[in-house]
Amino acid sequence: MQTKRMTFTGSWLPYALLAPQVIITLIFFIWPSFQALRQSVYRQGDAFGIRPDTFVWFDNFRAIFADPLYLNSLKVTAVFAVGTTLLSMSVALLLAVMVNRMIHSRDSYTTFLVWPYAIAPAIAGVLWWFIFNPSIGIMPYMLDMVGYDWNHRRDSNDAMIMVIIASAWRQISYNFLFFLAGLQSIPHSLIEAAAIDGAGRMKRFWTIVFPLLSPITFFLMVINIVYAMFDTFGVIHATTEGGPAQATNILVYKVYRDGFVNLNFGSSAAQSVVLMAIVIVLTVIQFRYIERRVNY
Amino acid sequence: MATIHMDNLCKVYTGGVKAVSNVNLDIADGEMIVLVGPSGCGKSTLLRMVAGLETITDGTLKIGERVVNKLEPAERDIAMVFQNYALYPHMTVFNNLAYGLKNRGFKKAEIDRRVREAATMLEIAQFLDRKPRQLSGGQRQRVAMGRALVREPAAFLFDEPLSNLDAKLRVQMRVEIRQLQRRLRTTSLYVTHDQLEAMTMADRLVVLNGGVIEQVGTPMDLYSRPETTFVAGFIGSPAMNMLPADFMREKVEADGLAHVPSKADLIGIRPEDFSTDQPGEGDLQLSGQLLLLEPAGAESHLHMRFEGFDRNVVVRLGQVPDVAEGQEMTFSIKRSALHPFDLESGQRVA
Amino acid sequence: MVENNRWGNFFAHVVLILGVAIIVFPVYVAIIASTHPPGTFVRGVMPLWPGTHAWENYTTAITEGRSRAGTPPIGGMMWNSFVMAMAITIGKLSISILSAFAIVYFRFPFRIFFFWIIFLTLMLPVEVRIVPTFQVVADFGMLNSFAGLSIPLIASATATFLFRQFFMTVPEELMEAARVDGAGPMKFFKDILLPLSITNIAALFVIMFIYGWNQYLWPLLITTDPDYYTIVMGIQRMVTGGDSEPLWHLVMATVVLAALPPVLVILFMQRLFVKGLTETEK
Repeated sequence: MQTKRMTFTGSWLPYALLAPQVIITLIFFIWPSFQALRQSVYRQGDAFGIRPDTFVWFDNFRAIFADPLYLNSLKVTAVFAVGTTLLSMSVALLLAVMVNRMIHSRDSYTTFLVWPYAIAPAIAGVLWWFIFNPSIGIMPYMLDMVGYDWNHRRDSNDAMIMVIIASAWRQISYNFLFFLAGLQSIPHSLIEAAAIDGAGRMKRFWTIVFPLLSPITFFLMVINIVYAMFDTFGVIHATTEGGPAQATNILVYKVYRDGFVNLNFGSSAAQSVVLMAIVIVLTVIQFRYIERRVNY
Repeated sequence: MATIHMDNLCKVYTGGVKAVSNVNLDIADGEMIVLVGPSGCGKSTLLRMVAGLETITDGTLKIGERVVNKLEPAERDIAMVFQNYALYPHMTVFNNLAYGLKNRGFKKAEIDRRVREAATMLEIAQFLDRKPRQLSGGQRQRVAMGRALVREPAAFLFDEPLSNLDAKLRVQMRVEIRQLQRRLRTTSLYVTHDQLEAMTMADRLVVLNGGVIEQVGTPMDLYSRPETTFVAGFIGSPAMNMLPADFMREKVEADGLAHVPSKADLIGIRPEDFSTDQPGEGDLQLSGQLLLLEPAGAESHLHMRFEGFDRNVVVRLGQVPDVAEGQEMTFSIKRSALHPFDLESGQRVA
Repeated sequence: MVENNRWGNFFAHVVLILGVAIIVFPVYVAIIASTHPPGTFVRGVMPLWPGTHAWENYTTAITEGRSRAGTPPIGGMMWNSFVMAMAITIGKLSISILSAFAIVYFRFPFRIFFFWIIFLTLMLPVEVRIVPTFQVVADFGMLNSFAGLSIPLIASATATFLFRQFFMTVPEELMEAARVDGAGPMKFFKDILLPLSITNIAALFVIMFIYGWNQYLWPLLITTDPDYYTIVMGIQRMVTGGDSEPLWHLVMATVVLAALPPVLVILFMQRLFVKGLTETEK
């Protein structure tokens, strides 16, 4: 890895400079992760030390993958992540394309569209939870007029739709900014060349603009999936709490419940390790992508 | 003020690349030495070794009476002007000049005096409150000079300081730097790849090639008596023509090359040593066909083709001759203008 | 644009205005709800026009909270959030810029190894190590403390990478000139590198502050004492704290207050925010 052509000399100074970061990383990141790995292959003894921890190989993993609740949670997470990603990215792309047409009003629209990023997922959840409130919310009231009986407290699909909307809403700002930056980096001459070649507006978008946006689209897809899987804990915890009937019990929420509330450490640790594997895969994909982008 | 003494200096990079090999050079107090050579020849590395920005692998470097091999750049009592000026972008011109003095614990009044003096000398006094980005290229160059000047160091080190300027400014600054150096008589080491800049500025020139010194001498020494084919080709523009000795022997009368040692197999002739005048006593004569005439106002370059030699020979005349392309022309050459070389070693013979 | 027809532009404006309306709607509803008396939310549909109880609701929220249900006044929680956000932001920035400085400007044994250790933090979010991290913090006696709320979160690979990337673009000669001018490593860092990094620091500050303010799971794990509740997690206590329907007028006043600081930061520092966001993810 690169350094400067000429570097400073000093035997202890670089270590001192790195120390705070590295020590915090070791204590609060590496060590606990190592503990999670360890716990995932042990069965927890009792609190009095009469029955000590026992090494059980992969029993905890076998158990979670045999557990219908966990399998359900995997499925729920997949639906939730895909739904959130698709919804927020498609809305963001549409808005970015429209804003990119504007000359004078571009900045004002951008201002109106970026601020939801500042709102915490938990708060976003509470906001939409209020709007969808079955007894006083405005959405159920309007849906009732078209004959739909909304109740996310009883209906699994309604609950899933609500948490997807709440999670996607906040993420639109983020995706919008990246799509807009991507659109602005497309050379105008390309669009003009396509126009001279006789491509209409829609055709230009799908044959020129969209393919050129594909690196950003791919990058945002990874980022959004990571967001939906890990950062939306607040949305679930502050609103549905995984319900009704496990319908919104995403992996991160389940790992918290099982470990922190139900104190089932072995299972929770095994679930943590599965999540770790998922993050590692996603991070590697993301960085492979960055390498590519830097190289071309 | 100081002498600089290089004894067997070597630089080997990790991985074994030899950038500078066995350089021996004595620089007198107040002398302006120009290091010149093509890119990658080691001239910048050598300068940076003197500055303390590159470690010295082997050999001894003395500035004044001190061996400075292991000293930090700041302890060597040198000042440096960088190619891209390396001005601190967030500091005013005043602070750019003062930074080195502040770090050395100078008194405020002394700093102020020196900065103003240098600024006046370089005609940048009215810019002292500006930031570098508000200055033109030439003004930035002056600030970079000023930063070296205020330090009143034992030696100035210049690393291609003019290469970021346009051609006109470059000529102007070249003159100014030379005048300044003459006035201050500060020992200077100046790196450039431009042979014209090198010729015009140097007290003595050092031509480097592949990390090795090819030749050291005054500009006119190097011009009139290049010791290697490399120096012959590098100094002078257009470059010296290199003709095979066999070809020459065939072309000129038997005794024309009598004074040239028989082991010389290359004969160098500078373009300006061809003449259209009547040949004098003992002069050589060569005839060939004019391929291309490049008129340049006060002078002209003629690309000639001589039968029996398959490359163009360039001739430089002090006027634009009235000839047509394709025409035969005859030139006379003084015997003393022949530079005999050994092809194998590239060394001058006799 | 190549061809700018009037209908196309009109259509675009319609789409955008609709989009903005949808984006703004939830917050509009929250602001409206926070101005109504509690009785409004018992039946019927939520109000869409401002009420008259704004002053009353906000003062109640800030000074009293919902004490019976165990949620402290909002004022204290906002202060906690602010302290936590600032500690995380300043902590992250300072340790990251120092690490990046070490990695770029020094060559020393195990440099790459340390780089990878920092890189690992990207792959280990709190969510994948909830229980053991809680145990470590508990062992250090850092539960219910500002130290516990901030220190475990201040390691930052993204900020380190961003600074590293920026340092790599700083011309080599600047450091060489500083050395010739007699500056040692820390002097160079303080006099040259830090002033040059100001824009990057500011951009990261915006992003990190929002990140810190919006922490949810972490304060949830390590605070049991209401004196250390932060406002973002406190809202959850207000919503689920009692058996009855939430007191919507207070909840929404709290939501507005909780969202206000980071939203203001984005609106007033939009340029820095966009720079920070797009560069940290590169």
